[in-house]
Amino acid sequence: MCILRAGSARRYLSLVFYMLAEFLTTAGRLWVFLRSGYSSHEYFYFYYYSDALLVICLYFALIGLYSQVFEEMQVSRYLRVAAVLLLGLTAWFTYGVVADSRDRLLTHFVVELSQNLYFVGVVLTYLLWGAMMKLRETRTRLIQLVLSLGVCVSAFAATYALRNIYPSFSLWQYTPPLLAIGLPLAWGYTFLKVSEDARLATARVVAPNHR
Amino acid sequence: MIAALIFVLSFTALLQFFVSYCRSILSASRERELSRQTRELTGIAGGGVNGEEFRRLVQLVRLCPEHGDDGQAMAAVRIYYSLLGMIRRAGGRASKSISNWLESERGSCAYFAAVSLDRRIAFSRELMARQMMGHS
Repeated sequence: MCILRAGSARRYLSLVFYMLAEFLTTAGRLWVFLRSGYSSHEYFYFYYYSDALLVICLYFALIGLYSQVFEEMQVSRYLRVAAVLLLGLTAWFTYGVVADSRDRLLTHFVVELSQNLYFVGVVLTYLLWGAMMKLRETRTRLIQLVLSLGVCVSAFAATYALRNIYPSFSLWQYTPPLLAIGLPLAWGYTFLKVSEDARLATARVVAPNHR
Repeated sequence: MIAALIFVLSFTALLQFFVSYCRSILSASRERELSRQTRELTGIAGGGVNGEEFRRLVQLVRLCPEHGDDGQAMAAVRIYYSLLGMIRRAGGRASKSISNWLESERGSCAYFAAVSLDRRIAFSRELMARQMMGHS
């Protein structure tokens, strides 16, 4: 709604698509939660399978932001091809990791794929932020969208890693749904408060002595 | 071992992204001038705001009706302010340049809170004006 109100839906189509997917997933999870309960198998399967789809949408939202940053270079087609190849490569690597598990192979694959894609997301967002600094990107809106995405994917990746280290600690079950709320809120704030014309030097965001 | 490595890398990236995100919010708010009413109400004079004023300004912000769209940014800045406070307590005063930087960042957080207060006051005035128009 915030993107539509800001009149930027066409420009940020991949973000709109992600937000829509996030909304539908949250509604679906709520429905399964109310029907079957938090500790049910239905909720478990629905949560992880929808999370895998959602992280793929998030991955393409990130590629959409790449296209925005490199729009003057006219490389969106190459970016899309590279994104699909990297996604395929991550899926293939994930299959290699889980191939030995005999039972519930698909579920293991889906859970592992989400975790790996979040980490790939961290690396790609970091590279994008580095490129933005190198190119001296000044669009405040784009800067805030990329940084909030970076906060979200790295928080997800760190949480999943902690869950692997301490699997019995139940706090990790509740953290991802809370984190998932943060990104739409941050993007909503950016679209409502920061106009498309607003400019900000990346040096002011990074270097401690710039004000 | 791999999970620990992923955690360290992700957590480092999280800190960097979070600090940069908060600084981008603070820099954007620096470009907005405070209204005369807000200056009078808060007792802010001159261009900058002292970092110590942050908590008082946040309390004033809480008293105003919520605009509905800056709660998330305010939460991020509050976490950032607490983070700066932790660094300050952990030895930020050891070096003068770090201490100056911490004070300037805390001042920016306070200025952001003042800008948020300014927005909410303007919103409340608009709301009141609309209600008055509705009654007359």
